[in-house]
Amino acid sequence: MTDVLGMTLTELRDEIASGSISSQQATKVYLDVVEEREPQVSAFREVLADRALTRAAEVDDERQAGKDAGPLAGVPIAVKDNLCTPFGRTTCSSKILANFKAPYMSTAVGKLVDAGAVILGKTNMDEFAMGSSTENSGFGATRNPWDLNRVPGGSSGGSATAVASRMCAAALGSDTGGSIRQPAAFCGVAGLKPTYGRVSRYGLVAYGSSLDQIGPITHDVADCALLTQVISGHDPRDSTSLTADVPDLPAAINAPPGSLRIGLPKEFYSDALDVEINAAIHKAADTLAQTGAQLVEISLPHSRIDRDAEGKLSSYAVACYYIVAMAEASSNLARYDGVHYGHRTSKDVEGIVEMYSKSRAEGFGQEVKRRIMLGNYTLSAGYYEAYYSKALKVRRLIKNDFDEAFKLCDVVLCPTTPTTAFQIGEKASDPLTMYLADIYTISVNLAGLPGLSLPCGLSAEGMPIGMQLIGPPLGEPVVLQVGRLFEQVSGISRLTPPIVERTGTN
Amino acid sequence: MNGAQDIVRALIGMEIHVELGTATKMFCRCRNSFGDRPNTNVCPVCLGMPGVLPVMNRQAVEYSIKVGLALKCRVPNFCKWDRKNYYYPDLPKNYQISQYDLPLSAEGSIEIPLEDGRYKKIRIIRAHLEEDAGKNIHDNPTHTAIDLNRTGVPLLEIVSQPDMNSASEVMAYAQTMHRLVRWLGVSQANMQMGHMRFEPNINLEITRNKKTYKTPIVEVKNLNSFRALRNTVAYEIDRQYEQWQVDPSGYAMDKMGKQNRGYDDASGRTVYQREKEEAHDYRYLPDPDLVPVIVADQWRDEIAASIGELPLARRQRYMADFGMTFKEADALTQEPATGDLLDRAINKGADPKRCVNLLLGKGAAIANEQVCSIAEIGLTDDHLAELAKMLASGDVNATAAERIFSKMLGGEQGPRAIAEAEGLLAVTDTNAIEAWVEQALSANPQAVEEVKSGGKKQTKVLGYLMGQVMQKSRGAAPPTEVQKLLRAKLGL
Repeated sequence: MTDVLGMTLTELRDEIASGSISSQQATKVYLDVVEEREPQVSAFREVLADRALTRAAEVDDERQAGKDAGPLAGVPIAVKDNLCTPFGRTTCSSKILANFKAPYMSTAVGKLVDAGAVILGKTNMDEFAMGSSTENSGFGATRNPWDLNRVPGGSSGGSATAVASRMCAAALGSDTGGSIRQPAAFCGVAGLKPTYGRVSRYGLVAYGSSLDQIGPITHDVADCALLTQVISGHDPRDSTSLTADVPDLPAAINAPPGSLRIGLPKEFYSDALDVEINAAIHKAADTLAQTGAQLVEISLPHSRIDRDAEGKLSSYAVACYYIVAMAEASSNLARYDGVHYGHRTSKDVEGIVEMYSKSRAEGFGQEVKRRIMLGNYTLSAGYYEAYYSKALKVRRLIKNDFDEAFKLCDVVLCPTTPTTAFQIGEKASDPLTMYLADIYTISVNLAGLPGLSLPCGLSAEGMPIGMQLIGPPLGEPVVLQVGRLFEQVSGISRLTPPIVERTGTN
Repeated sequence: MNGAQDIVRALIGMEIHVELGTATKMFCRCRNSFGDRPNTNVCPVCLGMPGVLPVMNRQAVEYSIKVGLALKCRVPNFCKWDRKNYYYPDLPKNYQISQYDLPLSAEGSIEIPLEDGRYKKIRIIRAHLEEDAGKNIHDNPTHTAIDLNRTGVPLLEIVSQPDMNSASEVMAYAQTMHRLVRWLGVSQANMQMGHMRFEPNINLEITRNKKTYKTPIVEVKNLNSFRALRNTVAYEIDRQYEQWQVDPSGYAMDKMGKQNRGYDDASGRTVYQREKEEAHDYRYLPDPDLVPVIVADQWRDEIAASIGELPLARRQRYMADFGMTFKEADALTQEPATGDLLDRAINKGADPKRCVNLLLGKGAAIANEQVCSIAEIGLTDDHLAELAKMLASGDVNATAAERIFSKMLGGEQGPRAIAEAEGLLAVTDTNAIEAWVEQALSANPQAVEEVKSGGKKQTKVLGYLMGQVMQKSRGAAPPTEVQKLLRAKLGL
């Protein structure tokens, strides 16, 4: 039979369209892999096997009846569990929403379904997307398919693991501070955070609303282009979604980039950066330079990374991000109170305030509670000016830096992460160190820009290294073009993790 | 010490909440409707479900700008939405979308009529738009029911400076505002449906022996009738003064700050509400789900142009141009349509005074019976103008005009056609009148005798005979002519 697991999303789509394989056959292949590998990696919150097979049969029937079943007809795709679907549950990997069934469809998943995709299941994540390792899931951590003792990154760790482990053709994640790009880098796959507003947030359970953006995690850059194309566009239900037309991204990435200036932010190449990653990124830059691209040094002063006297790292961007995201989160998560939504305590309570308090104490995990408390603190009377208001000013400065940089270059190249995937438990007890895992990705969210992570090599320990390409607002075409160019000239793409080699299903 | 020489001045400011009469809610497309079955006008957005996003209702913003401009407020080009965070079961998201530091309109004023005929300017601090909360229904001893139909209904909050100094000024302000929002067509302002709610802030400034004292500010929330408002303010002024007299230095604003009291409808008094455990900190933040509102000059100008003449200006014009009394002008400016009708009739050449008398006489009586405005009883400006002209020319008398007025409502037939058909045109033929007089006299010989014999019954009996003649003429004979002929026949 056709080698389903060796294909990208785009290839599988074409095979199904040509009739060489049915959607039902492809879906069964993936479901078998899920059954085999899920016990090892815990990528899914819920596998919707019966539903997926029924849907696959429908798509096959439509195709056989000669109907245009859409640009994703029959391909099995997994979605992060913070995307509302009227089937299955939408738990955000939180015990407080353990039984939440959304009565409506998120716009992004709705677009996938309309394009003919088969939704295979909902993927595990850090609770309410708060985390960089997927260890904060209320239902157990996901493991990295390259090394089961390591984290897959987060918060879209389930989606990245599912794609890297060949448990689905592609997946959707969400990215508030790096939650698509960082796990994509850790798992050796491609992931794009689109420009803020490019994809409707309607139906994405909010974490940091001014930063959240839905995007694809895929086997390669072409797949990113295809999925982004499908889920993008203005949505009357999200007034922050952009009205600009969506370009034909799959076509755009194959166009030659022409004269290309690649910006290297000097602040990002400090001693904070892992030596191997530093080398890999510079090698990637050289690879692109060999195609004729011009390398230019740029400066992002307000995104710089400092090291204090004790050797601890710090960054304006990280500080700014956590104030903005936590403030928004504290308000967004107020609705889970046991009255309207969420777990309600079964203990005896005196009055409604105690009911709120006990329900929330029982339902939320540690990291979520921490962020709600910090968010409430920074918004409190007397602290607002010192924290939230100041953070908004820093955010503006960070954005201005990028505006200046894009006068000198077409795309920014930098690492996605300061290290490769770390050990499970390594940073779990030190939230500040954990927050620094997003040191290279956070500025992109604060500035609302598109950012793509794609693999650019392996470390000596055999762990994937990700490089990040950042574009100006609505610069998805150039970011994807450069990514595609890099894949073609470097030959680094579709990396195969040991779990796939070991079981030999590939 | 008795308080005889105390100078007591009440300082009263008010927050008024007005539910706007848009077809749909503020941030979703659910029906904005009162009295439907609980929890039927709801959707994922107004229920605050995980993952939903609000989308602004432009009509509500337009209505709010209209009120702001009518209140002579500054309406800036840029305003934004903020979240006001607090936990309450009738608020599904546990935050309310409101406007914090950049409201749609600010710094305006409105003139209110005083009892002595003068006007007073009340300054408006701001008018901002927000979403209403639902309702907690405490009609069961074991649980509270929640109705979320009202959740997300657009609510305009108008905040005044503490420029009012008495219960009657507060009433004039409330009624002026009530009339204004109805006039502008932005709200039905039906008090029974809770479309308008008052929250007065009341304290006293007392001067005794050249020293000035301030009592704590008392806020009374959610008053939904004019009666409750008047009772509250009158009661609070008395109560605060009494409480202050007991402890002039202790019952003071700088010691006790702001207090909340509730209104008890049964007693007409305010009652102490237990202080909340902590001061409210709403932890406002800009709502990242909504884009700021850009009010372009052109949009603002279009809204301004749609406002037209406001009730105060119209009232003053009526008094100046047409010599109306305050009461008449006030009655004709309850809503715009009645005055519009009057203005059109006058423009068609009718005499203002006669139009006003028709409108406020028979017109007001019929409107009152039908519980509607005078403009809604079925009167056209053409008919009103024609009838007023017929009165002025003596073609009909006042009695006939009243009958014609009732008959021409909602009908095709104009007043002249009705008068002709019903024989109500004034009879100028002296022979006919004389004949009716003769008939009346011969039919009532005893009355004729009584008149002729003089005495104290004379006037009354003359009036009776007069009525008999008028009846025979079916009201069409000119009363002065009848009287003249009658007296002549009786030799008076």
